Amino acid sequence: MMNSLIKSGIAFVLVLFVSACADKDSPNYQYMPNMYEPVGYEAYQKVEWLPNGSVAMAPAKNTVARGFIPYDLENTAEGKELSRLKASPLDSLNSATNLLKGKELYAIYCALCHGNKGDGQGTLVKREKILGVPSYADAARDINVGGVNHVIYYGLNSMGSHASQLNPEERWQVAEYVMKLKQDL
Amino acid sequence: MKKVIYRNQISKVLGISLVVFLLFSISIFAQDEPATGSSGDPVKGKTLFNQNCAACHSLTRKMTGPPLANIESRLSEDEGLDREWLNAWIKNSAGMIKSGDAYGNKIYTEYAQAPMTAFPTLSDTDIDDILAYTAAPPPAPVAVAVTVDSKDGSAKSSDITNELILGALIVVFALLIMMLILVKKTLKRFAIAKGVDLDEAYAGKGLSLWKAFVQNQFLVLVTSIFLLLAAAYFAFGWMMQVGIDQGYEPIQPIHYSHKIHAGDNKIECKYCHSSARVSKQSGIPSLNVCMNCHKSIYEYQGNPEGPTKEDLANGYTNEFYTGEIQKLYKAVGWDEENQKYTGETQPVEWVQVHNLPDLVYFDHSQHVSVAEIECQTCHGPVEEMEIVSQYSPLTMGWCINCHKETNVKVEGNEYYTKIHEELSKKYGVDQLTAAQMGGLECGKCHY
Repeated sequence: MMNSLIKSGIAFVLVLFVSACADKDSPNYQYMPNMYEPVGYEAYQKVEWLPNGSVAMAPAKNTVARGFIPYDLENTAEGKELSRLKASPLDSLNSATNLLKGKELYAIYCALCHGNKGDGQGTLVKREKILGVPSYADAARDINVGGVNHVIYYGLNSMGSHASQLNPEERWQVAEYVMKLKQDL
Repeated sequence: MKKVIYRNQISKVLGISLVVFLLFSISIFAQDEPATGSSGDPVKGKTLFNQNCAACHSLTRKMTGPPLANIESRLSEDEGLDREWLNAWIKNSAGMIKSGDAYGNKIYTEYAQAPMTAFPTLSDTDIDDILAYTAAPPPAPVAVAVTVDSKDGSAKSSDITNELILGALIVVFALLIMMLILVKKTLKRFAIAKGVDLDEAYAGKGLSLWKAFVQNQFLVLVTSIFLLLAAAYFAFGWMMQVGIDQGYEPIQPIHYSHKIHAGDNKIECKYCHSSARVSKQSGIPSLNVCMNCHKSIYEYQGNPEGPTKEDLANGYTNEFYTGEIQKLYKAVGWDEENQKYTGETQPVEWVQVHNLPDLVYFDHSQHVSVAEIECQTCHGPVEEMEIVSQYSPLTMGWCINCHKETNVKVEGNEYYTKIHEELSKKYGVDQLTAAQMGGLECGKCHY
């Protein structure tokens, strides 16, 4: 009888052992790792000899991506004043499509603070996580399309730069949509 | 009263001094009863403050602008500036800087020359209310702490009861086993006392049964087939799960809760993973994206109802999350004290959860922007996950299934108009699935 007890005990320990191996913190085995693991560098891959030890790097100095047009104004009070003189380079005949795209992007990148209507009542403001978001219609601010584009690029006060999330064309689309929201307020 | 600069009309001076006097008096007894008062209403003031000032000013800490708690009394005591000066500053700070106001210029240079927006729209009563709010003491977080404690206690007590029940069950089972052994022993003693030879009786029976089994060839055949089939079944199941990471839930260097960001605060997935719209990779946001919000959000305050029992049991207290925000500040090199970047950064080594093998090509933008598939279709309810785990198996069968079942969105997409018409005719259907558009061709994903 003791024999059978020991046997069942061993079986129990074995089951425990196997279930402990199915650890959710570490990835599973693979059949053919050399078919699974990339030969070239993957995005974000850790590479010892690179600066910061990672493939994720900023572009080399004084270079731009193909087709990318750098923003020419500086992040200063003068730059902001100059930006107000810029008109939107987007085709005004195509404004319906641009506004539609702008609305989509606005919902992703702006509405969380500025609210879907641009009244400064986004979810984060209502939940009192971020405070003091002004309405676009605020008379003292008198926003215009060039200024909005500038602020999306550099950010302003507590608002951070969104240049890494929106490309130049998308920025103007959002800026145009913001001006439409301002009109409707 | 301090010096008054403008002496145009005696009545105006009197009126302003009355207002200022009342304000000072409210700021003194507002310590006890912030809600009452004649010249400034701190409750209204809070709303106005949150709407107009809070983007750049906190009560207690430096932000884009200086902290504002007790600003009026501090200004008059330290700088000798009165309410008149504050009014003028709030309504047109840029003008005052230009006209060479000494303290104005000092503050302007101290805070990196960030100009304060002019607020000509605020009336004097509005400013009264705001100043009353800045003079009121910040609400003591006593009540919250008490509820947290009680919740913490109840969570612990429920843990204890669970453990007690488990312990009791184990004791009961142990007792049962002991009793069985004892019963068997006594029975054996009886048998020996009556003169029954136990060993012989057992041995004879056991041997005969085994012999009968071995001699019956049909039974042996059926049993071995059954055993082989069962073994094959389990071996197949085990081999099929090799290379599949469904449920993989690695520990990340910073405990980022998708439940709080995407669930509670309803931040769009694509706010942070913005490159999912336009590229193969759904990018891991660089830390500047975190700082878009966390420049202002420096501590976790949680939901109004406080942390849940479940969160507390896991150690997810408000302090824990605030500590994680500190980790972010350290990695991105943000000096909270001076509200500046130090330039000393260290990369965060996030652990990749979803990983497709190198032998297959997958493009996020094609699925997210063109097909307009929700992120949750493949990644599951991420907005409910405290720690992200892999929801889908990410096997080829799983891909193919979805391609067979999902109709292609062709409306409003001129690119598809012609090919859609031709293919619909060919297959004789109204709606084409991704598979019928060529979504099953090997070369689409493997090359």
